[in-house]
Amino acid sequence: MSGTFTKAMARNVFYGGSVFFFLLFLALTFDTMKALPKTDNRHNLTPSAAAGKHIWETRNCIGCHTLLGEGAYYAPELGNVYTRRGPDFIKAWIQAMPTNAPGRRQMPQFHLTDQELDDLVEFFRYTAGINTQKWPPNIEG
Amino acid sequence: MKYQSQAVALPYFIAAIALFAGQVIFGLILGTQYVIGDFLFPEIPFNIARMVHTNLLIVWLLFGFMGAAYYLVPEEAETELYSPLLAWILFWVFLAAGVLTILGYLFVDYNTLATMTGNNLLATMGREFLEQPLLTKIGIVVVALAFLFNISMTMLRGRKTVINIVLLIGLWGLAIFFLFAFYNPTNLVMDKFYWWWVVHLWVEGVWELIMAALLAFVLIKVTGVDREVIEKWLYVIITLALVTGIIGTGHHYFWIGTPEYWQWWGSIFSALEPIPFFAMTVFAFNMVNRRRREHPNKAAVLWALGTGVMAFLGAGVWGFLHTLAPVNYYTHGTQITAAHGHLAFYGAYVLVVITIISYAMPILRGRAANSPRAQVLEMWSFWIMTISMVFITLFLTAAGILQIWLQRVSETPMSFMTTQDQVALFYWMRVWAGVAFFAGLVTYVTSFFVKGESKPLIA
Ligand code: HEM
Ligand code: HEM
Ligand SMILES: [Fe+2]
Repeated sequence: MSGTFTKAMARNVFYGGSVFFFLLFLALTFDTMKALPKTDNRHNLTPSAAAGKHIWETRNCIGCHTLLGEGAYYAPELGNVYTRRGPDFIKAWIQAMPTNAPGRRQMPQFHLTDQELDDLVEFFRYTAGINTQKWPPNIEG
Repeated sequence: MKYQSQAVALPYFIAAIALFAGQVIFGLILGTQYVIGDFLFPEIPFNIARMVHTNLLIVWLLFGFMGAAYYLVPEEAETELYSPLLAWILFWVFLAAGVLTILGYLFVDYNTLATMTGNNLLATMGREFLEQPLLTKIGIVVVALAFLFNISMTMLRGRKTVINIVLLIGLWGLAIFFLFAFYNPTNLVMDKFYWWWVVHLWVEGVWELIMAALLAFVLIKVTGVDREVIEKWLYVIITLALVTGIIGTGHHYFWIGTPEYWQWWGSIFSALEPIPFFAMTVFAFNMVNRRRREHPNKAAVLWALGTGVMAFLGAGVWGFLHTLAPVNYYTHGTQITAAHGHLAFYGAYVLVVITIISYAMPILRGRAANSPRAQVLEMWSFWIMTISMVFITLFLTAAGILQIWLQRVSETPMSFMTTQDQVALFYWMRVWAGVAFFAGLVTYVTSFFVKGESKPLIA
């Protein structure tokens, strides 16, 4: 770095550049928030689906599974599990845990009520309807 | 030590290293559960162990950052710390909050823990990295604010060097973006959108400022290069970091229900994110080559150079590998992500914290540098941990490529669980590399207890 580019200039570029790109980011965020209703499937976000999200969180499902590709990579993607497996399979699966098959990865038993199971399924129905730009590449997630 | 109050950094560094050890032990548990699925089940299910692993990582890095600030800010400002007592109180509060939270994860059912700690008043739990109970989150904010008050007052009382300013902007940014951890809308897309304002804007935003400031401080000390030169570099690096990193957040907005245009914004800006990491490497080597003195602490120089190189590899190269939307379409949420997460966190933040510890700890213990024997051991630990982490990354990358091929690219895709069985060999190799990493960590801790002739302070 030559002598013509001074520290004061470097400082000004830092403040100017950071503020500019942060404002641009805010503008994009604002635009995204306006556009979301078209893609985020909010009309299927029923009270039951909302309750399902709460169950999803308080059992820390994200600690093993991905949801829309984010989370842990120990167990299958669940954003599209509603499409892959359907409601009855999902409920039966959760109730049958753990498999106790020796050496196999184990999922805990959460003792969910029928209502809670229905809410979770409703949550998965909602997530499966989010427009994810055709991700994942196929049904296996 | 130039100022008495810098001594308060010591307990922070010790706590950081102890929690680091805990983190890696839980990493080994996780790695084992990947191949022996019922290992420690049902006592410690995978999701609990993972939460302990990642939260310990964050907490010990925060201990490291705070210790670094307590050491560095007074020295740069040329004044005593505003309140050493406050720093001591916060140490115990933060340690107690951290330990209690981890014990809560391990011994209380997560749902019960949520109910007990007010999650029904404001639901914030159960999201990756932000699993902490509401009470803990509030505790973090309180500690962070009191800490920031303490060091900001210190700086305001003294010299406002560029290093101090950049470090403080980084730390304030850390606290401010953490506030988004309290925002958890029911709308999953919005939840995810703002979740990244904590996670991405931390590691690819404000934490880079902290990292660059710490690196600059240590480089000034060990090379004796003119402050003016280093400070100019510092500004250039952090400009590059924020200009690319803020909009680079878009690389997480490809497939979560956000508009398609993020594929362009995210790909282009995040593809430029390796540049500041590359600049940090060049910067570190450049300064060391232009050094005006031979500092007796060779180990600290090695950690500093290692930070530059490994951060560039982990964040820069492994980040670029999967950041373009057409690639990320296939790699999203696979072992590729885990590979990158490990090498990036290790190369950038683990190493920069160890760098400042390596430089400051001997001084805090009353000497300019450790004995040559202790330093040799410390340098061995650098190589063992770093090479092990590279192997962890390579094995996970191999697993990830196979996983993508079998499960996502193939004409007849396999299910997730079947694919996992197919790549188990690589998970086994990862466990062994993890054991080697742990051996490196043991070597590191041992180096603190090696006696021998050491350089006295003020040589
Ligand atoms: C003995 C060494 C280690 C082993 C065996 C190990 C293993 C693991 C495993 C199995 C996971 C969970 C992956 C999943 O969700 O499926 C994980 C997550 C994680 N670990 Fe480690 N780990 C080790 C050391 C470390 C170190 C030293 C760091 C910090 C540099 C680290 C940072 C992380 C991070 C950031 C995640 C979350 C990754 C993500 O979400 O993509 N780990 N680790
Ligand atoms: C030191 C800096 C960095 C750290 C500590 C870091 C860490 C991480 C972690 C832990 C994740 C996984 C998050 C999750 O669990 O969902 C992640 C994801 C990601 N990172 Fe980084 N990262 C850094 C820099 C970068 C850079 C510079 C790039 C791009 C050049 C990048 C590209 C990505 C991408 C594309 C993902 C999403 C992966 C996916 O779709 O699954 N990262 N990073
Ligand atoms: Fe990112």
